[in-house]
Amino acid sequence: MQVYLDNNATTMVDPLVVEVMQPFFSELYGNPNSLHKFGTATHPAISKAIDQVYTALNASDSDDIVFTSCATESNNWVLQSIVTDLVRHGEKNHIVTTEVEHPSILSTCRFLEDQGVKVTYLPVNDQGIVEVSTVKSFITDKTALVSVMWASNETGMINPIKEIGEICKAKGVLFHTDAVQAVGKIPVDLQDVHVDFLSMSAHKFHGPKGIGALYIKNSQKLTPLLHGGEHMGGRRSGTLNVPFIVGMGKAIELATANIKETGAKIRAKRDRLEDAILELSDTFVVGDRENRTPNTILISIKGVEGEGMLWDLNNGQIGASTGSACASEDLEANTVMLAIGADNELAHTGIRLSLSRFTTDSEIDYTITHFKSAVLRLRAISSSFAKVQPTPGGEVQECELHHH
Amino acid sequence: MAKADILGASLWDAYSNKVTTLMNNPQHQGEITEEEAESHGNKLIVADFGAESCGDAVRLYWEIDPKDDRIVNSKFKSFGCGTAIASSDVMTELCIGKTVQEAVKITNIDVEMALRDTPDVPAVPPQKMHCSVMAYDVIKKAAGLYMGVDSDSFESEIIVCECARVSLGTLQEVIKLNDLKTVEQITDYTKAGGFCKSCIKPGGHEAREYYLVDILKNTRREMDEEKMRAAADAGGKGNFEAMTLVQQIKAVDAVVDENVRQFLIMDGGNMEVIDIKKGDEYIDIYIRYLGACNGCASSSTGTLYAIESTLKEKLSKKIRVLPI
Repeated sequence: MQVYLDNNATTMVDPLVVEVMQPFFSELYGNPNSLHKFGTATHPAISKAIDQVYTALNASDSDDIVFTSCATESNNWVLQSIVTDLVRHGEKNHIVTTEVEHPSILSTCRFLEDQGVKVTYLPVNDQGIVEVSTVKSFITDKTALVSVMWASNETGMINPIKEIGEICKAKGVLFHTDAVQAVGKIPVDLQDVHVDFLSMSAHKFHGPKGIGALYIKNSQKLTPLLHGGEHMGGRRSGTLNVPFIVGMGKAIELATANIKETGAKIRAKRDRLEDAILELSDTFVVGDRENRTPNTILISIKGVEGEGMLWDLNNGQIGASTGSACASEDLEANTVMLAIGADNELAHTGIRLSLSRFTTDSEIDYTITHFKSAVLRLRAISSSFAKVQPTPGGEVQECELHHH
Repeated sequence: MAKADILGASLWDAYSNKVTTLMNNPQHQGEITEEEAESHGNKLIVADFGAESCGDAVRLYWEIDPKDDRIVNSKFKSFGCGTAIASSDVMTELCIGKTVQEAVKITNIDVEMALRDTPDVPAVPPQKMHCSVMAYDVIKKAAGLYMGVDSDSFESEIIVCECARVSLGTLQEVIKLNDLKTVEQITDYTKAGGFCKSCIKPGGHEAREYYLVDILKNTRREMDEEKMRAAADAGGKGNFEAMTLVQQIKAVDAVVDENVRQFLIMDGGNMEVIDIKKGDEYIDIYIRYLGACNGCASSSTGTLYAIESTLKEKLSKKIRVLPI
C-alpha cells in the first residue's frame, strides 16, 4: 500500500475533473479570443467554469474573479500592484502581513522592501494564529494593505479573517487573504466576510496544477501584472488555458458541494490518526482541532528528527512533509515552526500530515502502524532517548537558533 | 543557473548507497553499560555532543582497554537526519581497534570519505556535510574525558570551515599566495564555505567565531599594508619606481624644490605637480605651470626639458613630464 498524506503540498486531480478537461485538449482546442466557431465553441464551458467558481465562493456578479496561473501569481499581483497604485503616488507606503505567510507573500514583501515599501510582519500566538488585536495595533494611516493567510499550509490553523476584514473595512485599508489552504477545505463565503482580494489555487482542491484565480471585490482598481492583451476584460493577459479553467471550475464545485459533511468525514479520519499518534509519549500537535482545517496535523515527536522521520515514512510508502531545517536547502529552520515555538524543538521535529477526501480508513490504519514503528526505530537510535547517564563532564552543548 | 539547475536535484538522490544503507540499518547503534565494560576489565567513556534544539545530538560510547588505550568496542546514539545517523555509524566503525590517540585524528572528512560509494563522488549533498562534523567533535570530547584534558587541546589550529576542515592559517596563506579577491574564489581554491555555508558570513545555520568575509577583508588589508611597507622601505632606499604614489609625489616635490622651483620663481612663475601615473614603460608626471610660466614659449621646450632631465637624473629614467 502507498499512502499520500501531503495534500497541503498538492492533491491528486479528481478523475471527474480529468474527464471534463479531456475534450479541450483534442476536439475543442480553439482560442476563445478567435472570432470563428473553433474559438467560440469553447465559450459555454468557460462560462460554466466561471459560474462554478462564483457560486462556490458566493461572490457577487459585480466582483471579478480572474484566472491566473497559480496562487503565487495572484499573491504577487496584489502586492506588486498595490505598490504601483498607491505607494508610487506617495499616498501610502506600508503593508501589514504575518511571519507565517507562504514564501510567495514573504519573498515578494522583501522584494518590495528593497523598493522602499515598509512592511510589518506580525507574530502569531502559540496556536499559530494571528490575533485580531495585533493586526489592529499595527495599522496606521500609511497602511495600504493588510495581507493575512486564511489558513496556514503548515499548521492548518485558521485565522480570524471575518474580524480582520471588519477592522480593515472600518479603517479604510485594503485587505487581501491568501486562501489557498481554505478554499475547498472549509466554507469560504464572500458575502459573509469582507475581503478586497483573495488568492486561490486549483491544485490544492483536486484540480490541475498551473491554474489559480484572484478574487477582486467590486471590480476595483488593480494594475495588471501581465500586460499584453484584452483577455479577461484586460485584467490578465495570456491566452485562456481552457482545459485548466474548465478543470478548476469542476474541481471547486466538487470540493465545495457538501463541504461541511465532507470536512466532517475527513476530520474523523484525521482525528483518529492524531489520537493514535498522540498515544506515543512526548508528542504534541500544534493548535486545537476546532480552529484547524479538518485535514491537517502538525506534530512534534521528541527525539525524532523530521528528515529522519520522513525517510522512514517514505520507506513505508507514506508521503508526508517536514519543516525540519535539516531537510531544507539552506539548513535554515522553517519560519513558521520558529514563529510558533522555537523553544519546543518544532523546528527540527515537526512532521506535517495532510489528508484529502480520497484518504481511506485502511490508509489511516496502515499509516498508524508504520508511523509508530518508525518512531520506535528512530527513538531507539536517538541520543535524546538513551538511558545511560553520561560520565561527568559529558554535558550537552548550548546552541542558538537563528531567526531571520 | 543552467539547464541542469532548472529542476533542482532531490536531496535524497544525492545520498550514496552507503548512507542509505546505514540510515536504514545502522550497525553500531546502541549502548554499552558500565557493568559490561567492567566485566571485561575495561573503562567506559560516554560523550555527548550537540542538543536536540540544535537539530543534531550524538552520544558516543567507547569501551577502552586501559593497558594500551585501545578502543575495543564502540556504540552510538544519534538524534538527527539520515546523514547524521549514517555519519555516526561510520565514525563508530572507524574508532573500533584504534587507540584513543589514533581516534582523535579521525576527522569528518574521513567519515564522509568512508561513506562514499566511489572515491570521487561525494556521499552527501554539500549542505549535508555539516551533519558529519559532529562525529569529529564527539570523538574529541570522548578522548578529552578519557585523558582528563580539555577536548579543545586536540585542535592545534583554528578551524574556520568545519565541513571542509580548513584552518585560519591555510585560508590566510591561500588568499595571499593567489591574490584572492572574493569568497567564491576562496571556495574554489580551498572548498571552505562550499558546504553548509555557515562560515561565510554571520546569519547562517550556526554562529561561528570566524567568517570568510572578515578573513578576506582583514587579509586583503594586511596584503595592502605589506605592499605599502615594502614600497615605503623601497622609497627609503631611494627606489623611485617601487615607491607608493604619495612617496613619489613627495620625492618629485623635493627634487623640484631643490633644483627647479627657485629658477621659475625668479622669472615670476612657478609650477605644481598635479598627478603621477605609473605605466609599464613610463612614469608620467603631470604638472601645471603657474604665473609667468603659464603660456611662456619655453614652458613646452627648454624649461620642460630641464625639469624632465633633472627628475630623470635624480629619480628614474622612466619619467616623462607632461604639462596640462
